[in-house]
Amino acid sequence: MIRVVLPAHLRRLARVDGEVTLQIDGRVTQRAVLDALEARYPMLRGTIRDQVTQRRRAFLRFFACERDLSHDPPDAPLPDAVAEGLEPLLVVGAMAGG
Amino acid sequence: MSRVRVLVGTRKGAFILTSDAKRERWDITGPHFAGWEIYHLKGSPADANRLYASQSSGWFGQLIQRSNDGGKTWEPVGNQFVYEGVPGTHQWYDGTPHPWEFARVWHLEPSLTDPDTVYAGIQDAALFRSGDGGKTWQELPGLRGHGSGPSWQPGAGGLCLHTILLDPTNPGRMFVAISAAGVFRTDDGGVTWRPANRGLRSEGIPNPTAEVGHCVHHIAMHPSRPKVLFMQKHWDVMRSDDGGESWHEVSGNLPTDFGFSIDVHAHEPNTIYVVPIKSDSEHFPLDGQLRVYRSRTGGNEWEALTKGLPQRDCYVNVLRDAMAVDSLDSCGVYFGTTGGQVYASADAGDSWSPIVRDLPAVVSVEVQTLA
Repeated sequence: MIRVVLPAHLRRLARVDGEVTLQIDGRVTQRAVLDALEARYPMLRGTIRDQVTQRRRAFLRFFACERDLSHDPPDAPLPDAVAEGLEPLLVVGAMAGG
Repeated sequence: MSRVRVLVGTRKGAFILTSDAKRERWDITGPHFAGWEIYHLKGSPADANRLYASQSSGWFGQLIQRSNDGGKTWEPVGNQFVYEGVPGTHQWYDGTPHPWEFARVWHLEPSLTDPDTVYAGIQDAALFRSGDGGKTWQELPGLRGHGSGPSWQPGAGGLCLHTILLDPTNPGRMFVAISAAGVFRTDDGGVTWRPANRGLRSEGIPNPTAEVGHCVHHIAMHPSRPKVLFMQKHWDVMRSDDGGESWHEVSGNLPTDFGFSIDVHAHEPNTIYVVPIKSDSEHFPLDGQLRVYRSRTGGNEWEALTKGLPQRDCYVNVLRDAMAVDSLDSCGVYFGTTGGQVYASADAGDSWSPIVRDLPAVVSVEVQTLA
């Protein structure tokens, strides 16, 4: 199972506590994880990536295994530790004020 | 016994204030959607329990929330706003072409007759419609496509469609207002549109009397007299007596005719309210005195309403969608400030009191009068 940690606002929107776990068949990529996440929680559509362009929203980042994966291609494989469920994929909101 | 429900959108969530008809004691719920910007929320005239809310954030984008129980519970509905066809360009601040890009929903206007039909005014300026309770949204592309769209330029707050007026006597007619393009009217339910800005004069544009390009801040109509429109423009308070065919200035004796909000008394179509703001660079009341101005003559002759409002050291703003009225026998008038106060008058503006005073900056105020 893939583990995903969402920012607090999105956990509240999706009505989940703690990590989200997702079953991914095939290659574990950013796109596959987000597709599975949005299929399970349709209210998250558009909040992490644009619904039309599929581009990551500017003030969100993807971290895992102490790396910033935000600029990796969406179809690049995520680290093995994420694919094996040992480490979560972190969806992180920018620490901008407001 | 009648009740009043005040729907307040703020920079950090929504609040719902309810009272009986006396409007003396208020129950407050919220924040709903804590931490999110709530540009607008509004109830359906056809079903008071059906509410729509525009929820957005710089981090997570746009959501639309719907309630079927008067705001006790909410569910996210559709949030995909895709321009029809190839979007093209409008003018950027510097006059260069800029692609149309969705930013947020400024205003939600439920149909007068069908709770599942609702219009959305968005930034970059366009009008969308949902006929399924907000699940899906379709643009009414005739507005951007009528001809002047590529020349529209944003106001300081963005190129936003912020006001939607539905004519209760003519289902095909509606008006929208866009900063900084102006007023547009349709007579066929939104298929075709034309500018409705004749008589406006704006010194900040190359041709002060141009057909489009005016920074209209808000327009208002009384449902019994839908051909009469009132406008708070960037500068100038204006009036139209012919459904937007022409406008004339009614600023009269206002101490400043800059402002954002304007509204009409529920029972007196010629009684209107504005909150004068010092200037376009000083968005606060003149002399630190928060004053609502009321005209009982449809403009030109204005009286200051001050009882209960701070008359010193007050430097808040009242934004364009932050004033509303109820329809009780003694008309209630409400407005919210960027300082987080919501002021109410249960006597048509003669006296005021804050019904809540420490909210986040208030962006919008709407009122429902409940049987």
